Amino acid sequence: MSMTAWIILAGALMTFLTRIGGHLVLSRFERIHPRVEAGLNAVPAAVLTTLVAPAAMNGGPAEIVALATGVVVAFLAGGMMPMFLTSAAVLILLRHLLG
Amino acid sequence: MATDILNERTGPGDLAQGLRDSVPVVVAASPFGILFGALAVENGFTVFEAVLMSATIFAGASQMVGIDLFGQKVAPWLIVFSIFAVNFRHVLYSAAIGRRIAHWGPIQRLFGFFLLVDPMFAEAERRGEQGKRISFLWYMGAALPVYVLWVAEAWVGALFGRMMPDTHAWGIDFLLPIYFLGLVMGFRKRPIWLPVVAVSAVASMIAYNTVGSPWHVSIGALAGVLLAAVFAPSIKQKEEGE
Repeated sequence: MSMTAWIILAGALMTFLTRIGGHLVLSRFERIHPRVEAGLNAVPAAVLTTLVAPAAMNGGPAEIVALATGVVVAFLAGGMMPMFLTSAAVLILLRHLLG
Repeated sequence: MATDILNERTGPGDLAQGLRDSVPVVVAASPFGILFGALAVENGFTVFEAVLMSATIFAGASQMVGIDLFGQKVAPWLIVFSIFAVNFRHVLYSAAIGRRIAHWGPIQRLFGFFLLVDPMFAEAERRGEQGKRISFLWYMGAALPVYVLWVAEAWVGALFGRMMPDTHAWGIDFLLPIYFLGLVMGFRKRPIWLPVVAVSAVASMIAYNTVGSPWHVSIGALAGVLLAAVFAPSIKQKEEGE
């Protein structure tokens, strides 16, 4: 097997450990402390924000306006699809206009 | 068995709902699945290796980081460690989802955790938030189309990489941040959502410019989670007391 395949399989093993590890470690505790619970509830918004913020920071006007439109549409329409499609449409339009 | 009573409520309807929930994820992830395959070949992977990576790791951002470092001839252990660092956030997903799928069998849970990607976590949390059960059928309905197409896209991308259209003009490189933003907005009813998002955003941008990628993910997330852990319980108590 090639070195590349070994790198891939080692990366796969580490990834699987991250996906099962949190559960294996946390399920040892019988009762979850309110602070741990509050922290866990904040996890999705906190993590996903870190995938958006630097992308916005590195983006130009088209990217920033597209994201801002997405925020507004999410507040007005609520669902994922209206927000996603409007934001993507704004991005494509502005990139064509702004070159 | 006690679980039989609960299992009565799961059936083909759950599978169908899961398949429906997978559609936006498949649409958002497809360009990246293909892009990954194309970039992997460009960075020196064979078609088989590109498909192997998508099939065994199944985590877009870390795969992109992996092939990028591979193209730069970085030491193998550092590539593996970087993949681990990008995916470290899954520890948090795993801890949260583990509570929601405690009623599954051990083998079912192994499959569930293997398929626990960002959007899968978000969809499962959203469903749990609505007070619905996370059944194995629903989860597989939502996750398997994403997985199967992700692997197929790596193959397609690797084969036809050089024939890609102008990805920039069609916004393809920016669909994932838009999708992640949509998920963030979906959690806006949670306690102290805005402070958590604001702190995570600022911390991740500072970390991105100082420590560098991929650590901005873990650092930014930790800042928001710590804020919630410190302030959310007391705010909740205050609201309940009023």
